[in-house]
Amino acid sequence: MATEILMPALSPTMEEGTLAKWLVKEGDTVSAGDVIAEIETDKATMEFEAVDEGTMGKILVAEGTEGVKVNTPIAVLVDEGESADDIASGDTAAQALEAAAPAADAAAKAAPAGGSAKAAPPATASAEPKPDTSPDWPEGTEMRTQTVRESLRDAMAEEMRANDRVFVMGEEVAEYQGAYKITQGLLDEFGARRVVDTPITEHGFAGIGVGAAFGGLRPIVEFMTFNFAMQAIDQILNSAAKTLYMSGGQMGCPIVFRGPNGAAARVGAQHSQCYAAWYSQIPGLKVAMPYSAADAKGLLKSAIRDPNPVIFLENEILYGRSFEVPVLDDFTVPFGKAKIWREGSDVTIVSFGIGMTYALEAAGKLAEDGIEAEVIDLRTLRPMDTDAILASVRKTNRLVTVEEGFPQGSVGNYITSVVMEHAFDYLDAPVINLTGKDVPMPYAANLEKLALVTTDEVIDAVRRVTYR
Amino acid sequence: MAARRTTKKPNISAEELLGYYRDMLLIRRFEEKAGQLYGMGLIGGFCHLYIGQEAVVVGLEAAAKEGDKRVTSYRDHGHMLACGMDPNGVMAELTGREGGYSKGKGGSMHMFSKEKHFYGGHGIVGAQVPIGAGLAFADKYLGNDNVTFAYFGDGAANQGQVYETYNMAMLWDLPVVFVIENNKYAMGTSVQRATKSPSLWERGAAYGIPGEEVDGMDVLAVKAAGEKAVAHCRAGKGPYILEVMTYRYRGHSMSDPAKYRTRDEVQKMRDERDAIEHVRDLLLQGKHATEDDLKAIDKDIKAVVNDAAEFSKESPEPALEELWTDIYADTVPQTA
Repeated sequence: MATEILMPALSPTMEEGTLAKWLVKEGDTVSAGDVIAEIETDKATMEFEAVDEGTMGKILVAEGTEGVKVNTPIAVLVDEGESADDIASGDTAAQALEAAAPAADAAAKAAPAGGSAKAAPPATASAEPKPDTSPDWPEGTEMRTQTVRESLRDAMAEEMRANDRVFVMGEEVAEYQGAYKITQGLLDEFGARRVVDTPITEHGFAGIGVGAAFGGLRPIVEFMTFNFAMQAIDQILNSAAKTLYMSGGQMGCPIVFRGPNGAAARVGAQHSQCYAAWYSQIPGLKVAMPYSAADAKGLLKSAIRDPNPVIFLENEILYGRSFEVPVLDDFTVPFGKAKIWREGSDVTIVSFGIGMTYALEAAGKLAEDGIEAEVIDLRTLRPMDTDAILASVRKTNRLVTVEEGFPQGSVGNYITSVVMEHAFDYLDAPVINLTGKDVPMPYAANLEKLALVTTDEVIDAVRRVTYR
Repeated sequence: MAARRTTKKPNISAEELLGYYRDMLLIRRFEEKAGQLYGMGLIGGFCHLYIGQEAVVVGLEAAAKEGDKRVTSYRDHGHMLACGMDPNGVMAELTGREGGYSKGKGGSMHMFSKEKHFYGGHGIVGAQVPIGAGLAFADKYLGNDNVTFAYFGDGAANQGQVYETYNMAMLWDLPVVFVIENNKYAMGTSVQRATKSPSLWERGAAYGIPGEEVDGMDVLAVKAAGEKAVAHCRAGKGPYILEVMTYRYRGHSMSDPAKYRTRDEVQKMRDERDAIEHVRDLLLQGKHATEDDLKAIDKDIKAVVNDAAEFSKESPEPALEELWTDIYADTVPQTA
């Protein structure tokens, strides 16, 4: 059976090339893998190998020919005793290709008429924002005062008690009891099998965590700070976040990466960056950044149960802060549900994490001057409760966002774009995004203070958008 | 455990030998077909063929048991076929169709099969190594005796995360076999141009991990080494390194100008060291099979590969809605 040899595509983008040289002549015997020609593309000269065996029956395109289109027959290979004219119709690769192309076309056409509508992205916001404003715990629930640190530990301990597959690993999490004492007491209760000290090797243990999640465990990977997670960001993005999609939904990565994020105090540029905007950009990741102790606990418990990779951004300065936490057997906070800390009608302040400190302080001071700010804590950045923001902006017509990260490509920038798209007509003033300054974090106390967002800046921004 | 079998040449039956011949031939014919479909524009992007290296995965799969896991790089078609994944599903993924293992959303470099314990298919050089150790971590944590094969190339052997992983795998006695498939070229850079280490497996010594060099063109040698490594892991002694000396006949990917080695070098390997020819000789010389028997196998394999090619052309492209699915797994149990 004679076989046509087609001009091959030798790179993802090649459409045509030069048939530089034939290394065989008519009548030669070739077997699979023999180099039979040299083909020049715009990038390189490449060797072209035979994929079938047979005798070179006829060379159809002479060497030196330029602009030979991909899939043009360039030679005919025949079996013993055949001639090149014996090309069996209906059996050539070229025809097979033609047969395949319409199939693909047909598949595209076969998509239902509403197909393109269905293929639209999930909406970033509803036409009529309907935020879930249900309380996080029933009225009358007993409360106790607890630090964020204790809440995080309790969340892990409760989930570890409930599910043997949950374990925590990281630097100094076990015997040292946590570099910031978040894992205090866990080694005593759960033992070294489930509270695993690692060497200082973020890239490696992040990858081991991902593999353990693929293997059926529920890892909590602690980074001593998210600044060190930069060493591991390839595993977080390329391995943890993308695998569910790349596997067509077969295999996901239930893992929590947690640790302090953003600036602490006087630790300089390499230990002070906020990664909220970075991680919240990645489809496949969920991102939580709690402010209060109750949210720290409820969100971390949800994160550990989530079948997806979760980035859990804590803050060193908040660790020691105390809040009221509900006394409940199993208290969780769902992802994608913002919390309104303070209702108001004059301006909306949206923040998350430690930014809430400045937002709430500013709102308190502004109230003394008769400006009522509505303060929204996003709690999770992905998924983001844009309905809560839009509903509030429709009421106040003014928006200020507050975060510690860098200004370009900030979370506030994204919120602004959502508001522009879905609530443009409701805005009575430009949106202001308050962020950390556009500089690496300085060490000097006075400069560091200047680099961070402050309560005064929030007050000033609110005055500007309310023209008061 | 099976450690006492280690130094003996495996006593192989005709049936087993024929099985290896068939498995290796399937990979080679499949890859030749993939190359052909690439040339026709039916496969896009990057496509890294495994031709020449077939004995590595076939030999190591012969040393594995049900439950063992494997993870590898982007040159992954051979690994998938060797662990029993469906050629139709693999080929249809290469053509980006709905019938592919990842519904067309992964491509040549990103395929997975939970059922066959194949954990990818990873496009970032070296990233699969800690993932492999993590799979082994899970098995040890769960208290079973499964072993993970973490495959990587001589190129990845220079990545830092490989050594971070060696350190932790040994520290925690993880049941992982690190398989360095040394095909002598990291893309276009020969091993000699990338390192002055005389051998790659010996680097494990810095962490206390034992290992050895293996002739990767001899499927029986690979199997024997694999059994030794697996026995070591199952006995709870921690990781083991196999540096399997092999050779890739084709380019790094389909777009490879092949200027970094001579045509004679490739031809010499094919003529003198080909792993499939080796088994073929053993079968014929040992009178385990006749030329006709082998021709019949060739014919069967050709049919399987042609069917896979047909399936991969006929399977429709993924529905447009698929763009927005599988980004998040959505069942969050509210109680643990």
